[in-house]
Amino acid sequence: MATSSAVTVARPAGLAGRMGGGIARGMAIGYLSLIVLVPLAALIWSSRAHGLGAFWDEVTKAEAASALKLTLVVSLLVAAFNAMMGTAIAWVLVRDSFPGKGFVNAVIDLPFALPTIVAGLVLLQLYGPNSPFGVDLAFQRTGLVLALLFVTLPFVVRAVQPVLLELDREMEEAAESLGAHRFEVFRRIVFPNLLPAILSGVALAFARAVGEFGSVVLISGNIPFKTEVSSVYISGQIESDNAAGAAAVSVVLLLISLAVLLAIGAFRHWKTRHDR
Amino acid sequence: MIAKWALRLGALGYLAFLLLVPVGLVFYRTFEHGFHPAWAAVTNPQALHALWLTLLIAAIAVPLNTLFGVTLAIALVRHRFPGRGLVNAIVDLPLALSPVVVGLSLYLLYGTGGWLSGFADHGIKILFALPGMVLATIFVSLPFVVREVVPVLREIGTDQEQAAETLGAAPFTVFRRITLPAIRWAVCYGVVLTTARAIGEFGAVSIVSGRIEGKTETLPLYVQSQFEGFNTTGAFAASVILALIAASTVVAMRFFRPKEEA
Amino acid sequence: MRRICFTFLPAALLAAAVVVGAQAAASKTTLSLVAYSTPKDAYGKIIPAFQATAAGKNVSFNQSYGASGDQARAVAAGLSADIVALSLAPDVTTLVKKGIVPSNWSRNAHHGMVTDSVVVFVVRDGNPKHIHTWADLAKSGVQVVTPNPFTSGGARWNVMAAYGAERAQGKTDKQAIAYLTKLFKNVPVLPKSAREATQVFASGKGDVLLTYENEAIYANKKGVHTEYVLPQQTILIENPVALTKSGLKHSEAKAFLKFLWSSKAQKLFGDTGYRPVLKSVAQSAKYRFKQPKTLFTINAKALGLRGWKSVQYRFFDHSSGIMVRVIGH
Repeated sequence: MATSSAVTVARPAGLAGRMGGGIARGMAIGYLSLIVLVPLAALIWSSRAHGLGAFWDEVTKAEAASALKLTLVVSLLVAAFNAMMGTAIAWVLVRDSFPGKGFVNAVIDLPFALPTIVAGLVLLQLYGPNSPFGVDLAFQRTGLVLALLFVTLPFVVRAVQPVLLELDREMEEAAESLGAHRFEVFRRIVFPNLLPAILSGVALAFARAVGEFGSVVLISGNIPFKTEVSSVYISGQIESDNAAGAAAVSVVLLLISLAVLLAIGAFRHWKTRHDR
Repeated sequence: MIAKWALRLGALGYLAFLLLVPVGLVFYRTFEHGFHPAWAAVTNPQALHALWLTLLIAAIAVPLNTLFGVTLAIALVRHRFPGRGLVNAIVDLPLALSPVVVGLSLYLLYGTGGWLSGFADHGIKILFALPGMVLATIFVSLPFVVREVVPVLREIGTDQEQAAETLGAAPFTVFRRITLPAIRWAVCYGVVLTTARAIGEFGAVSIVSGRIEGKTETLPLYVQSQFEGFNTTGAFAASVILALIAASTVVAMRFFRPKEEA
Repeated sequence: MRRICFTFLPAALLAAAVVVGAQAAASKTTLSLVAYSTPKDAYGKIIPAFQATAAGKNVSFNQSYGASGDQARAVAAGLSADIVALSLAPDVTTLVKKGIVPSNWSRNAHHGMVTDSVVVFVVRDGNPKHIHTWADLAKSGVQVVTPNPFTSGGARWNVMAAYGAERAQGKTDKQAIAYLTKLFKNVPVLPKSAREATQVFASGKGDVLLTYENEAIYANKKGVHTEYVLPQQTILIENPVALTKSGLKHSEAKAFLKFLWSSKAQKLFGDTGYRPVLKSVAQSAKYRFKQPKTLFTINAKALGLRGWKSVQYRFFDHSSGIMVRVIGH
């Protein structure tokens, strides 16, 4: 899955084409607005209902700030780890061959397709106090990281695979015949070509990790200042009848995610332009 | 040679630990007490209604998102308009939003005192009824068709489309006969991803559904209510149904994905 | 290909129309019950029992169960409800403030309370750590599981039981609060709700779980291997039920409410672990629960408990409440 980056192409000729395209585009943007923008506007509006001062107070409260920090740090960690393991898995699935590869390829998407509550349930049973493996990773940050790794598994893999498939092997073979070490070939020829795809996978993994709720709510223990992430904090604020506080922290999370997505899009755009 | 094996073991070991074991456990726990309890748990009226409702919501959300996805993909790639980059990022936003936030914003919008609470005042129920659940599902599964189609549109270029136009074809004919067939695999892959996401959605739908048994309870919500009632076999059996639906969409993905193996 | 992808929709919509049509054809009174999650099994039996009476003939029910606070919020946002059965009175009070429940909801023989329970200690089979008193909970090396009092009504009962128990043993307000701090140092996890806390405890975490007695009995019935200890001092948990303004329009809803205080319904509550409020049932041999030495309510002025309104603000206000300091250590 590649992040959509904008590329300019000539418009279809003719007034009818432009009008038809314009109407269709208008309807699509109208749909987007109704489904996404208007609810988010309601959210942003309610977060400023008590004034900017109250907004700032809610966001800088010790527990909120701690949850925000934990969310961002853990999500970045998970995204970075995914960058590494996701690329490795994509490599093995594309360049390697072993019995059962088709099956493995097919189940990569399961964490994405399973409801998050099932994921949380299962991880708690496997790696919690009654773990058959004798480990107990629940109710600490390790359990939290584990749950997030599970739900973000497919993103980098699926972003890198198509690019790896398209990659022209000639350059690699040429470099190898000139005596370059295999790792150098990867570092200097393959990796730069994979980087945009890895980055878009990382952006998605980061985005998903930041917002994840269902799978972490059981296994993390939700301990304030220790294992409580922003999505759980927000839900807790709603349940303590502090909808304004919940909306405020949600808006901050939203803005950060938007900033990351825009940054990745811009970087990819720059990178692909740069290579032309 | 060693590097190859190390890589293979590392990647597959990671997958086994993180993915295969958990999924295996779901199946094990379902059939732990035999086939009958699991079967009974998913064939009672409440479970069947939940399954039906889940499929119904997907049947509404997925075509709408597909239509929107193709239209917006074309607009983003083929046309220039102000705010294109921002629209691009906004389309990706639903992936980043916590389901709690999605549910909260729908409450704020359609609930008592919200901007669009007028519907409820006139007897058209949005929240705690099918429309609200469909809206939440559409929200969270919005990006996928767009994101699958855009790269393909970019790749195929406009040569054929422009040629058809200079030969006098109307815009819609160009779309129907040239563009659409070229992106058809991407569209179907996007549809399959959207379906998987729509069927598995739990968080946002749980907030806007009102959990009315036999009326607004989807299969993921049914899983939770079984788990809460300590009916673990029932919870896992329903999860197996969801996993099977997801797996069949994944298998469908394999047919529709352009190429994935060297 | 897209035809296959799109075939779903027309068939689904057609079937939906049939379903909706079928429902419209049945003309009965339909009442909406919105309740917290624990009494689900009880209402599962009480509703058919009501429908077997003359007043309940041709009455069908929409039922919704979930966390008490979530359910109250849903009703406030527009979820249809004729009868609300929640875990503690403040959740009903929020609905009174929103104009959904009339302010005189509790003016009846039982002050609007339909079931009772008490806070108990749930321990592993055999009580290996020998936990019997509130002091035992604060000992080092003991792990206590309780939900987060800011999100769970059940947790607030737990906290006030602990506070009240200390006061009942002669401690001052300051000492009781110091005890709460010591207690929460032993709390390793804070699940969001009472049921989730039971689940976490059942998954192997912790030595003792603070919860409602009826929850302990329920878990046992469902095969969780625990037993429970009734502490010598504990709080009386009272669960409210009320008709909403829309419920008042239906005589069947009023009849259902009355039925909840009938001997039949109270016995059904008793069967699922609740302490009946109807004296005749509560004193019968089958439903006579053990009484603790000191049983106090949320209105025990002598122990510094002046009702939910003041307690809610003093202890659980999310910026200035005492529990913010106690938990945020």
